[in-house]
Amino acid sequence: MNPAFSVVLLTTASGVGYGMLAWLGVLNALRLLPSSPWFGVAAIVVALALSTVALLASTFHLGHPERAWRSISQWRTSWLSREGVMALLTYVPALGFAAAWWFAGPGTGVAAVLGLLTAACSLATVACQAMIYATLRPIRQWHHRLVLPNFLLLALFTGAVWLAAAVALDDAGAARLVAVIAVVFAVGAGVAKLAYWRQIDAAPPVATIESATGLGALGQVRMLEAPHTEENYLLREMGYAIARKHASRLRTVALATGFIAPVVLLLPGIALAALAGPVLLVLAALAAILGIYVERWLFFAEATHTVTLYYGRREAQAVARDGRA
Amino acid sequence: MKTTTCYMCACRCGIRVYLKDGRIRYIEGNPDHPVNHGVLCGKGSAGIMNHYSPARLTKPLLRTGERGAGDFKEIEWDEALALATKWLGDIRASEPRKLALFTGRDQSQSFTGWWAKQFGTPNFAAHGGFCSVNMAAGGLYSVGGSFWEFGDPDWERTKYLLMFGVAEDHDSNPIKLGIAKLKARGAKFVSVNPVKTGYSAVADEWVGIRPGTDGLFVLSLVHELLQADRIDLDFLARYTNAAWLVVQNPGGADDGLFVRDAGGKPLAWDRASSTAIDAATPGMQPQIAGHISLRDGRRALPVFHLLAERYLDGRYAPEVVADTCGIPAATIRRIARELADVAFDQAIELDQPWTDTSGRRHDKMLGRPVAMHAMRGISAHSNGFHTCRAIHLLQMLLGAVDTPGSWRYKSPYPRPMPPGPQPVGKGAKPDTMLPGMALGYPRGPEDLLLEPDGSAVRIDKAFTWDAPMSAHGLMHTLIANAHAGDPYKIDTLFMYMANMAWNSSMNPGEAARQMADKDPATGAYRIPHIIYSDAFYSETVAYADLVLPDTTYLERWDCISLLDRPIGSPEGPADSIRQPVLPPDRDVRPFQDVLIALGARLQLPGFVKDDGSPLYRDYAEYIARHERRPGVGPLAGWRGADGTAEGVGASNPDQLQRYVANGCFWSYHHAPEALYYKHANAAYLADAKRLGLIDSTAQIVLQLYAEPLQKFRLAAEGHGPNQPPDAQRERIRKHFDPLPIWYPPFEQALPEQAAYPLHAVTQRPMAMYHAWHSQNAWLRQIYSYNRLYMHRGTAAALGIQDDGWVWVIGRNGRLKCQIRLMEGVNPDTVWTWNAIGKRRGAWNLSDDAPESERGFLLNHVISEFLAGGRVLNADPVTGQAAWYDLRVRVEKADGPAETMPRPAALHHPPGMQPAPRKLHYAVQSSPPPLEGGGRGEGSPPARTVPVGTPPPNLDPLRGSSPQGEGETASPTAP
Amino acid sequence: MTSIPTPGAKKLGLVIDLDTCVGCHACAVNCKEWNTSGHSAPLTDFSAYQDHPDGVWLNRVHTYEAGTGPDSRTVHFPRSCLHCEDPPCVTVCPTGASYKRAEDGIVLVNAEICIGCKLCSWACPYGAREFDEDQGVMRKCTLCIDRIYNQNLPEQERVPACVATCPARARHFGDLGDPTSAVSQLVAERGGYDLMPEMDCKPVNKYLPPRRRPAPVTPVETARAGSAAGASVLRWIDRVLSR
Repeated sequence: MNPAFSVVLLTTASGVGYGMLAWLGVLNALRLLPSSPWFGVAAIVVALALSTVALLASTFHLGHPERAWRSISQWRTSWLSREGVMALLTYVPALGFAAAWWFAGPGTGVAAVLGLLTAACSLATVACQAMIYATLRPIRQWHHRLVLPNFLLLALFTGAVWLAAAVALDDAGAARLVAVIAVVFAVGAGVAKLAYWRQIDAAPPVATIESATGLGALGQVRMLEAPHTEENYLLREMGYAIARKHASRLRTVALATGFIAPVVLLLPGIALAALAGPVLLVLAALAAILGIYVERWLFFAEATHTVTLYYGRREAQAVARDGRA
Repeated sequence: MKTTTCYMCACRCGIRVYLKDGRIRYIEGNPDHPVNHGVLCGKGSAGIMNHYSPARLTKPLLRTGERGAGDFKEIEWDEALALATKWLGDIRASEPRKLALFTGRDQSQSFTGWWAKQFGTPNFAAHGGFCSVNMAAGGLYSVGGSFWEFGDPDWERTKYLLMFGVAEDHDSNPIKLGIAKLKARGAKFVSVNPVKTGYSAVADEWVGIRPGTDGLFVLSLVHELLQADRIDLDFLARYTNAAWLVVQNPGGADDGLFVRDAGGKPLAWDRASSTAIDAATPGMQPQIAGHISLRDGRRALPVFHLLAERYLDGRYAPEVVADTCGIPAATIRRIARELADVAFDQAIELDQPWTDTSGRRHDKMLGRPVAMHAMRGISAHSNGFHTCRAIHLLQMLLGAVDTPGSWRYKSPYPRPMPPGPQPVGKGAKPDTMLPGMALGYPRGPEDLLLEPDGSAVRIDKAFTWDAPMSAHGLMHTLIANAHAGDPYKIDTLFMYMANMAWNSSMNPGEAARQMADKDPATGAYRIPHIIYSDAFYSETVAYADLVLPDTTYLERWDCISLLDRPIGSPEGPADSIRQPVLPPDRDVRPFQDVLIALGARLQLPGFVKDDGSPLYRDYAEYIARHERRPGVGPLAGWRGADGTAEGVGASNPDQLQRYVANGCFWSYHHAPEALYYKHANAAYLADAKRLGLIDSTAQIVLQLYAEPLQKFRLAAEGHGPNQPPDAQRERIRKHFDPLPIWYPPFEQALPEQAAYPLHAVTQRPMAMYHAWHSQNAWLRQIYSYNRLYMHRGTAAALGIQDDGWVWVIGRNGRLKCQIRLMEGVNPDTVWTWNAIGKRRGAWNLSDDAPESERGFLLNHVISEFLAGGRVLNADPVTGQAAWYDLRVRVEKADGPAETMPRPAALHHPPGMQPAPRKLHYAVQSSPPPLEGGGRGEGSPPARTVPVGTPPPNLDPLRGSSPQGEGETASPTAP
Repeated sequence: MTSIPTPGAKKLGLVIDLDTCVGCHACAVNCKEWNTSGHSAPLTDFSAYQDHPDGVWLNRVHTYEAGTGPDSRTVHFPRSCLHCEDPPCVTVCPTGASYKRAEDGIVLVNAEICIGCKLCSWACPYGAREFDEDQGVMRKCTLCIDRIYNQNLPEQERVPACVATCPARARHFGDLGDPTSAVSQLVAERGGYDLMPEMDCKPVNKYLPPRRRPAPVTPVETARAGSAAGASVLRWIDRVLSR
């Protein structure tokens, strides 16, 4: 699948944003966050800003952005619609959470309840987003049981790293716990991602050119002539292919920048006092989002669609088509 | 809605064109039309994009730069016609043959040819010389009809179809409809073709024959049938010249000619009376084998004896020919057996009484349900004439000519043999028309067009010893001969729809060079004037001095005439017209109108009244009023003052309106008893004569043995006043065999051929017609460039990969192209789609268009001459260009992924707007129809479906667009 | 509404005969021609006269080779929307622009409210949906809904453009929900099949497989019947025939 910039950015940034909101809600309810009004409001606004930017970004790739509002109408069947609905719903508790933090104070029950509501909505939004991909059967790398956990874990991990950095800027000491959480989820998310990669590498194609054409009984099927000489929308959108070698290089990059680097930066960040700590945590946050952007780009680039079978593609042929990226 | 006739290929289907606000909404097949019965192919369906093509010429052009550059200035029609009149007038007053009028895929040849005749030049031809003449001549000298689009398998009844090298650009929709009928009935369909595409792909059996060996394959089938004595002797005795006696007098002037009586009637030996009598005598008992001694002491043999003796020979045994043909002997034997089984053991009988030309009444029609069809794969070889004859011979031996279930003549065929009229052109004089049409069918050496000194009468040297039976002319030698001034210099080359600077020439690079070549001495072009008419900016336009822009096929009157290449069916004659569906939106004129105007300006007989004023306002008036001979005009329908006459009758001023009212065609059905055995069917022949299709009701005896060929051979052996030059004698003697022969295609016999191990041929894409459709925005998406197709195994041996780039090297040069590997092709053959490659700058395509950057033209490595001089790379009998004989070597190529050769880009003429990048072609009341709610369940379809009810005045039944922009309720609405 | 309507009895669709399709592209071009001015107007073309010409087509004809050696088969394969009984392209649509009609099962797009998110084209395993990058909306086969219900057309012409124009009569239109319909019987006789059944979309359109080749009429050996080795022309000397 074609890794369109807007979609990759959307899923990455919104992951961070909703992950942060989720942690803010939960950790505040447990009274584990700094209580300064400035911190709370700033953190919530940053998180909301990230997911909002992502939402806007996602409308860029629409043919008719001005009609985007229509996309919330089909929540009964469409995960895309549900994602939209949840994304909008999330603003209500989130903004309430911010207000309660500022006026009533983070310690109050109302703040705690609104925070937990915000967390629930945020994770639900991420889950809906994951389900958009996980329900697409023609794309075996997406129609996969690890896609939902991957999305959730990655959101919680990146959210935690960013929150850790945010907390550190306010109170280095208080950031330790969040940083520890971030490390834990970095490991969890990393392991989940590795498992996902191993499984999609091992899994067989979901369909073959023989089953796509129904001509298998006549022998092995090859495309002799494409319908038209030049590539069309279907191939541009769904025919994107990446060579195994290239992919595995990028996987290493994603792993190193997205998971290992943050951990390596977080651990000393936890240990070190004042000054150095926050800097390392901020660097960890930046590394994480960079790495996850690469991971998300791969999530698209490595996905193969059954329509390419009609164009004579076999997944192995991706190698031959490298460099079209 | 207006009906007219399609011109997106040579099929001539009936179409219905829906208009909306003066633009074309939709073009569909006309369900009532005899050719296509409502279907329409991809080409026809893309007519809209041809009509609105940005490559259309817009105004007459006068060359300002060098030939081949594409630099022109626009001029007014008056100036253009005056200039042409001046050039042509001078020629006619001095030496009319200095005008060469050659047309390409012209569907008005009976008119353009007649114009040339009235002008007085023998130099007229269309492109048949490199397209189909082997099939036309091979058929007309054998069975009085021919394959191509002039005969049909009996689609309703045949049980076995044997198809040879059929291209998808003639009769294509009828063949597709026919194949569907075969399949529905479970008949067997065998395709003999080196390439498994198109029809071959759906055949029940594909015989991947080696190109140019079909004749040997067919004669091997004949060998098998004779061996097994599985032939229809009754049919042969009654309907062919099998029993005719052939003089056996080696060295004598009459050797190999038929034994004839004083009246010239061929004789056969009657067993009953033991005498040689008129071979047509009803009830006689003809002797078909054994030596005959005639009263006058001469010895003779029946045709069948000669035939059987020849083809029983072991050299035609399947085992012997298998390797040459690339077909296992067992397959050849099996197919022979299958043919016999179907023809004889599965014969059919129609309960249809009929009367033969001997007056015998038959209460049934016996059918041999074996049909054959053949086209370019046979004709474009230097042995194509004899191969075509061999197929007809096979049909005759099986008794499968125009019987139920077999191949059938399409009206107006069959025609008497030897065919006529004869070619005309000797003694052309200034300001004098020729006594007859330039092209024709020689009966013998006396009909050749040679000057007393033996030089050629025609610029293309048709009807000379180079190619005595070149019935369609030799367009492929035109440019080279005109350039060389051999046999003489011409002044003006006048061409219509013939893309000679590109895909219509073998060796287009050379043709283009010759058109632009100057005589160093004088600095003048070797071909002084070139006038060209075309609707589009084709490669050849750039080489013209004067360009006369033609209209598209939807802007003109036209006729598909019985005098030309008719659209008749086996059931009877038919012809059709084109009517202007839209007025031209440019300053262009139909070429035929232009010829009418030039005819008047030149004061050509037949074009002006006694007072010198124009006889015809335009081509439309010519169509309705012209009479080629009393009562016979371009159109056969609604003749006579009151429009009640058919075929023959006075001209009818309302004729075109009657055609329009009938969907732009006329068709006639013979009575059921006249539908088969037409060559010997009294009812048919009488009806055909009544309709003016033939002049005699005499039986048309099928010619197993073609005497006219023997006459040329005798001349080569030193008999008669007209003899070939010594250098030609052996060639003529060898190839003018009165019985079909097979010999390897010339190019393969060349000494250097070992260096070129592969055959290279082209196939016609079903969605593209020749050069015409690269400017069609829809069709060019289907084929924007072509590749060279090669068998996987062959490629592996050469280390060539799929998608790789290669050099294709022939004795005439080399070209670079991209490879596509496949399984369904003869391993010794490579092929590509025809005429996809274009010259940069032509057809108003951008300079980076795939057609010119990656697409290629195989013609670049073909030559119209054989190595070592001016010997034609053509069939020695008919002069048919032998471009399927091509042999090449294929080598891996490196360097950029772009084709070679790539001639310089042509400049765009003034008035040609830059082609748009994006197209949003749509004709309808805006905004486009859209659903209301877009709700599946719950909301009434009335709002969800535009059901297409145009305002009453647009009711298609009353002549306009049926498209769905109405918003009225769906029939499924509650 | 993007929820699938409870399947009605009527399932309009196409039956495509791969045994007779000669790959002429008539169906594809005629579809383009009809629809560029019809229900889905316009069907944009890009680089119409330049490099990489490409456009929106609702029907495309592929050509495949199956098997190897002389017995390999070349199969022409038209591909358009299969109007699935269980169309994922519909359920994923966030706006309701994609819908399946209850009354005849036709799957349509309402370009009026399509936001061009392309998700339906991702969800369709068959590549039946084409995005018009210029109009910003999704296009697809409508089964020529503006023909088949068009009361201005004579009854027999109320079929999709691709069916009306097919010169090889390889395309058939009808109600595949009615087992007695001509198309259903054709499918039954010829073993019509679904494309990619593993996707569980339950396509309504069916494909008829290329027929098995008929066996040779007779064993090769017997083909020599009646042929005395070195048969000669003398055999016919005494044959009595009548003219």
